[in-house]
Parts: sequence; structure tokens; C-alpha cells
Amino acid sequence: MTDEAIVASDLAAAYGTRPIWSGATFSIPAGSFTAVLGPNGSGKSTLIRMILGQIEAARGMLEVLGGPPHRGNPSIGYVPQGSSFDPDLSIRGRDFIGLGIDGHRWGVRLAGREKADAQVRSAIDAVDASGYADRSLGRLSGGEQQRLLLAQALVGRPRLLVLDEPLSHLDLRNQRAMVQLISEVARRRNLTVLLIAHDVNQLLAHIDHVLYIAQGKLAMGKPKDIITSSRLTEIYSSPVEVISDSRGRLFVVGLEEEVSHPHA
Amino acid sequence: MLELFRYDFMVHAFEAGTMVAIVAGAIGYFVVLRSSAFAAHALSHIGFAGATGAVVLGLSPIFGLLVFTLGSGATIGALGNRIRGRDVTIGIVLAWTLGLGVLFLSLYRGYATEAYALLFGQILGISATDVAVTLVAALVTVAGLIAMYRPLLFSSVDEDLASAKGVPVTALSIGFMAVLAVAVTEAVQVVGVLLIFALIVTPAAIAVRFTSRPPVAILIGVGLALAFTWAGLVIAYYSPHPVSFFITSLAFATYVGVRLSEPIRDRVLKAPG
Repeated sequence: MTDEAIVASDLAAAYGTRPIWSGATFSIPAGSFTAVLGPNGSGKSTLIRMILGQIEAARGMLEVLGGPPHRGNPSIGYVPQGSSFDPDLSIRGRDFIGLGIDGHRWGVRLAGREKADAQVRSAIDAVDASGYADRSLGRLSGGEQQRLLLAQALVGRPRLLVLDEPLSHLDLRNQRAMVQLISEVARRRNLTVLLIAHDVNQLLAHIDHVLYIAQGKLAMGKPKDIITSSRLTEIYSSPVEVISDSRGRLFVVGLEEEVSHPHA
Repeated sequence: MLELFRYDFMVHAFEAGTMVAIVAGAIGYFVVLRSSAFAAHALSHIGFAGATGAVVLGLSPIFGLLVFTLGSGATIGALGNRIRGRDVTIGIVLAWTLGLGVLFLSLYRGYATEAYALLFGQILGISATDVAVTLVAALVTVAGLIAMYRPLLFSSVDEDLASAKGVPVTALSIGFMAVLAVAVTEAVQVVGVLLIFALIVTPAAIAVRFTSRPPVAILIGVGLALAFTWAGLVIAYYSPHPVSFFITSLAFATYVGVRLSEPIRDRVLKAPG
């Protein structure tokens, strides 16, 4: 049993032959809550896909839960980016969550139905979604869909939660409730959480670390150490300013430019 | 009513119709869930060129149909998500293949009857051999669907998530289109190339309006496809009009009825108590 959930050493990502980011050396302690921040197209999802074993590293070493990353790792619960379901998608939330248990297996579920049902119920209770888990997924609100996606990620009893922008389709009130929920569940189940977000402000009260990705570089540290004008300016060797408003909300200015990025 | 079954052609029609309805109703759920109704439509049209081509070569039209639907199905499946929103491209290809079919037909002497059977179905002309072929094809499709059930459902709902969980989504997409190709080939015998929607898409589209539980939706879809086929055969027996007309009309009327009654149903369900 290692104390580090994710360890990266001189890790680099490339899109074909064009580099996305490189020289990433960091370690994420087990049981911690880390926000992955950075401008659009900086390669946040690339890191996630590498951790999930969907793409290979261009260089360097990556260890996830004590081993090399591999696709279909049952110890990882995942909520993909941009998951809002088509209104016509006719499947119950409960059935969708059940796919998180054995959706990758061939055939139909023959044995272990009761055990699976109990696991699904427990995941639904964990995200407090019993009121709408029997309704059609496509007909639910964005917040309800996100909760069921989280339940799906939790149902296999994972050790690591990887959440790709779970807040981006939610209004402020729902964002706050979602972060609160993720943080509570993670603490109760002793999960490591990696959460991609656009805005750090909803997260500040809950996260242990920030992993900043911008301009081809990664930097990790405690939020109050990393999100400062001097530190970000030093890391990215270009003038970055962190502005804080009267309510203590932080705004990072100067990293938005992604001049040479292939996705931009 | 039992007098229907005194005739071999009616018995064969019921046997083949029943098997086709079961297959079409079941696979229709996934067609609707994956929003690949247009792909199913395209497969049948591309199959038309294959069928007419086979006739010109002196082969069974079913053979040509199967080869062309399988080939195009595998191609569409391999393109996967990249095919979404390519309606125009698919439309252009299928218009051309229909044109090709017309050329093949003109090269063949039995032009009118063969074309009519392929385009609109000829369930009353099914032989005992056709029934046996349909049985084999039905068993293959049902076995294929059962084998792929969970990962197919998973990747139909959220492909990215399914892929991260280790589901081979591209292989599955090809596998599904191959099974759909066999199902389309079977269904062409009953309703023809042009009316394939009525058996593959309409029953499933009605079913998902009643339930969001996948196994229940599949059962309702199969039930409706059976009901449309059986009722269509019985009505056609007593009337001079074609079976395909009754099957498609029953499917259409049921769909319209269900859509129109939805506001009423919602109000009843939302009523207190």
C-alpha cells in the first residue's frame, strides 16, 4: 500500500509530434482532494486520459494507485467531460449506475443481481439521489445528472475519483452543492479526488492541492502557495497577476493565451 | 380465423413475420438509443443495390442484400462517432446506390415484380427455404444482441465513459452495425427496403416513451412489432391491399396516438394521490 495515489516523474504529453506539456513531476497523496486548473486547451483532459490509461505518455513515468495506468482500472471512478445527456435518452438513472458495476462485461447480468442492486442503492444514497433515480436520465436537470454520474463513479467502490469538469454545466448554487457533496463523500470513503475545473473559487474551502497546467508546464502545491502573482509569474516566466476581490475570490490574469496550442 | 393457416403461404408469412418482428423490435431499442435510425435506413437502401446486383448475376437477392448491408454496416460502425451529423454524406451515398439498383434492375428481365418485392416487401411470397434462412439469421442476431447487451448499452449511453471502463467501443460499434445489417436483411423480406423504419424504428420509438427500463423497453418493442406484423397479415388476408401498407399504417397510427395522448397521460400521472 502506497501513500501516493498518483506519482509522475518528468512526464510529457504530446499530440502527435507536437508537445502539449512536459517535465511534469508531482505526487498526489492518497486521500487528498486536488483541483486541476488551467486555461482551455492547456492539456488538463490529456493528463486525465493518461491517468485512465487511454493515451500513452510521450515521455517519463506515471504511476496510478501503485501501478502503471491501464484502461478499465476498477479502482478508478470516472465522470467524463461535457456529460449532459440527450433529452430523448431513455434509460433510468438506476440502470445507468448499474452499468458502472458490470457494464464492461459481455452478455446479460445473470448472477449477483441482488448484490448489484444493493451496491446501486448505496451509491444513490451516497449522492442523495433516491428521489429521481428511477426517472429517465435525459429528463433530469444538469445538477441531477451530475449527481447520478457521480453515483456511477462511486458504485464500484473505487479508491480514486477522476472528475473532468463536473461543475461546468451547473449554476453557482449547484456548483457549491456538488463540491460539498464530492468533498464529503471523499472524506467518508477515504477517496483521492482529482477534479478538473475552470474556476478555483468554489473549490478553495475543500481542496488540499492545486495542479496548475498552462503554457506547456505543470505546477503543483497548496492553493495559497501556488495561486499567487509571484509564484505563477515565476513558474510561467511571464507576468501573471492574481487579483482578489472584496469577498476573497481569486482571479488569475495572464495565463489565458495559448498561442501555439494545436487544439486552440 | 384459423382458415388463414390452411394455406402454406400464410403459415410461412406468419413464421417469418414473427421471427423478423422479434429481431426488429429488439434491435430497434439500440437503434433508437444510439440515434442510428438514419444509419438503419441507409443500410437498407445500400442493400437494395446489392440485392438487385445479385439478381442480375443470377444469385439470390438475399445474398446480395446481406453482403452489401454487412459491408456498409461495418464501414459505418468503424467510422463510429465521426459519422454523426454526416446525414448529407450518407444521403448522397444512398441516393447513388439506389440509382445503381435501378440500373441493375433494368438489366434484369423480371424488372417490375423483383423491384416491387425488394422495395415494399413480399411476405406472402416466402418459401419454406426462406423461412429456414430467416430462422438462422434471427438466431444469429438475437445471440449477437445478448452477447453484446451490457457493453452495447453502456457505450450507447456514454461512449467516453464506457471506453474508460475498458469497453472496446469501436469493435462494439462495428459488431452492432453487423448485427443490424443482418436484421435489416431479414426485415426487407417483410416490409421491403423503403418501409424498414416501420418494424425497426417505430416499435422501439413507441416503447421508450412508456419506460426507461432497457429490458422492459425491449420487450414492449418486440410486443409491438409482433402485434403490427400479425395484425397486418390478418387484415391483408381479408383485403385486396398489401401487407406492408397495413403494418406501416398500424405502426404509424400507434405512434401518433401515443404522442397525442402524452399530455393527458402526464396530467393523470402528476395528479395527487
